[in-house]
Amino acid sequence: MIVEIGHFALILALAVALIQASAPLIGVRRGDRALMGVGSSAALAQFALVALSFAALARAHLTSDFSVLNVAENSHSAVPTIYKFSGVWGNHEGSMLLWVLILATFGALVAAFGRGLPARLRADALAVQGLVGAAFLAFILLTSNPFERLSPAPFDGRDLNPVLQDPGLAIHPPLLYLGYVGFSIVFSFAAAALIEGRIDAAWARFVRPFALIAWSFLTLGVAMGSYWAYYTLGWGGFWFWDPVENASLMPWLAGTAFVHSAAVMEKRDALKVWTIFLAILAFSFSLLGTFLVRSGVLTSVHAFASDPRRGVFILLILAFFIAGSLALFAWRAPLLKQGGLFAPISREGALVVNNLLLTAACATVVFGTLYPLALEQITGDKITVGAPFFNMTAGLLLLALCFVTPFGFSLAWKRGDLLGVAQRLSVALAAGLVVFVALIAYLRGGPVLAPIAAGLAIFVILGSLSEIATRVWRPGLSLATALTRARGLPLSFWGGALAHMGAGIALLGLAATGFGAETIAAMRVGVPKTVGPYEIVVNTVGERAGPNYRDIVASMTIRSGGAFVAAIEPARRQFPTRQMATTQAGIATIDFGQVYVSIGDPDADGTVPARLYWKPLVTLIWLGACVMALGGALSLADRRLRFGAPARAKSAAAAAAMAARRP
Amino acid sequence: MKALRAALVLALILAAGAALAVRPDEVMKDPALEARARALSSELRCMVCQNESIDDSEAPLAHDIRALIRERIADGESNGQVRAFLVSRYGDFILLKPPLKPETLLLWLSAPLTLALGALAIWAATRRAREPTPALSAAEEERLAEIARDREGT
Repeated sequence: MIVEIGHFALILALAVALIQASAPLIGVRRGDRALMGVGSSAALAQFALVALSFAALARAHLTSDFSVLNVAENSHSAVPTIYKFSGVWGNHEGSMLLWVLILATFGALVAAFGRGLPARLRADALAVQGLVGAAFLAFILLTSNPFERLSPAPFDGRDLNPVLQDPGLAIHPPLLYLGYVGFSIVFSFAAAALIEGRIDAAWARFVRPFALIAWSFLTLGVAMGSYWAYYTLGWGGFWFWDPVENASLMPWLAGTAFVHSAAVMEKRDALKVWTIFLAILAFSFSLLGTFLVRSGVLTSVHAFASDPRRGVFILLILAFFIAGSLALFAWRAPLLKQGGLFAPISREGALVVNNLLLTAACATVVFGTLYPLALEQITGDKITVGAPFFNMTAGLLLLALCFVTPFGFSLAWKRGDLLGVAQRLSVALAAGLVVFVALIAYLRGGPVLAPIAAGLAIFVILGSLSEIATRVWRPGLSLATALTRARGLPLSFWGGALAHMGAGIALLGLAATGFGAETIAAMRVGVPKTVGPYEIVVNTVGERAGPNYRDIVASMTIRSGGAFVAAIEPARRQFPTRQMATTQAGIATIDFGQVYVSIGDPDADGTVPARLYWKPLVTLIWLGACVMALGGALSLADRRLRFGAPARAKSAAAAAAMAARRP
Repeated sequence: MKALRAALVLALILAAGAALAVRPDEVMKDPALEARARALSSELRCMVCQNESIDDSEAPLAHDIRALIRERIADGESNGQVRAFLVSRYGDFILLKPPLKPETLLLWLSAPLTLALGALAIWAATRRAREPTPALSAAEEERLAEIARDREGT
């Protein structure tokens, strides 16, 4: 019964979304305030209905209701509760429902907190958001219904894909979707601005909080996905330039460019048309990513099931929104007033360079991902575009971006003084150079890319710190004054400084991959093997039973100069229900580095084939991403103060007036 | 297409069941030659996997190709020769870095083209912005004077 209520709520949500997509638009055209207001109520209702539907599906999964096809195919009574819950989105239908839930959440956020927005802009934006929601709700209901019943109900389920039975699954998709789908709001506001035919600095101020939320979550989601791949795939790689990963990188690159260009728009009223274009681009890439992952064009862990009907449907949605918004852009963008001009050596000039590099990097990722698919369709030739290509193109562009970042962050708006900035950054520049030269000397030749990246990383981190120092401290100031000055700086400045520092930290982690060590060995119990500065010894090899799997565990000790450092238990995990095995790497974090061990099936004579890695500073890659996201959140806290400000100021004024009227 | 996909899925499952990517018994005795083999195999794609290099893949096919590479290197072939042999057997599909050919020109030019187009757009925008604002027409001058008079009047 509850399952049917969930299904029914989803159908109602589609109806409400259709109203949300039409009524406010008509209201705006007729100047009818009541009709315009329908958008807000509809957005809230749509959210409530989709949430109800999601809760119904979650309940079916948690109670292992195998009369529901979705549960029977993707769950098992013996699965731990956390995976029963995360299994809700560990399949195609459920993950689309999560997608729509987040979409509806963002619409509801605008409805609930957008009272300070101009009414017409809000109505138009909510209508576009409603249209996106309607398209995906129709997709779910017509091709991917998660509430389909199964009769007779099987005795037990077919289990969740073993690769997905991991805490990573509980966190990674929601984070990623919050990012992906968060850009829908930015897109809706861009479309609304185009429909209205006007845009100003205030628009950027309304949209930036949403862009920052989406960007922060997307950063975390991509990092989380990367860490998940790192520890589950069993050979210590963390980024594969897999089409599915690229699908999440494209909106991230476009979104990063958007966050920067929106800053220019907000502060200097320039780059308006370009910012609108980036808003369309960011969400278009989110849609493209959804298509690539969900249509079955690609086979991967992420493509749960492939049904050609679904692919065609998503392709239609994709074509409608991308072509529609680009057509709207081509038609209406010339109406938008161009902003002011600015000097090339200025903060905004540097941000244009930032946008240029990010867009070029994004273009290489898009081309590299889609080119093989397109070429095979057109000529039948099969080519592969893999890591070496992306490292050479997007990788180099992003390194160049890292070099420009500290300069841009230190330059003043309007007219900057490059020489003065170079002087302020001299310490950071020198430190980066010293690190680079020292590493080259230490390695005596060998690859130069890692030392370059390490030097750049130091430059970016110290560049951020030195900008903070310049703003806060001057020779002769007391500590108390410096602290007061620090507190006086806007949160968005701290956010920017932190995000850039995070990028530097992540880059340092990436650079350090060039200095790791790897040992491939057949290990015997009691015979130590060396990897980097550590010796690793196998103590025992044994079997262990889990709730729905069986492990072959090698328990190992990591030692340094004879002293105990850490114990790890890499394992091979067999899942009998699906006849599959996964590798459970043994990982010990030592300072910021990690010892990473993965094993194969033990041989008959008891030796364990193993790959041992020492990865110095590797955790910085993900810690850096967390710092970046934290920077986004800090910046957001600043903007939010302004977001509802007009409404609050108005109500405060009204209260004051009331008080004054009282005798 | 369907059969191919089924084969891929099967291969993936088989791959997951196999032991480990580079196995201890595959490693060459000479570390310099082994380093060459590793470098070479990280540029080659495992054809039955999702975007994994031969160096990282657990699939039996990847194992066979790793063994083949080591055999040829031991016979004294250069990296280029080994690569050429594999391309003649499996096509460009095996190269993770696509070769520069007429068909891949657009791919390789994607970054330089975007940069060039962007630079051109910026140049055009600054030129447009620098153009002096056109002088007021006689009618506009008159209207301006009128407004100024009105203001003085009030």
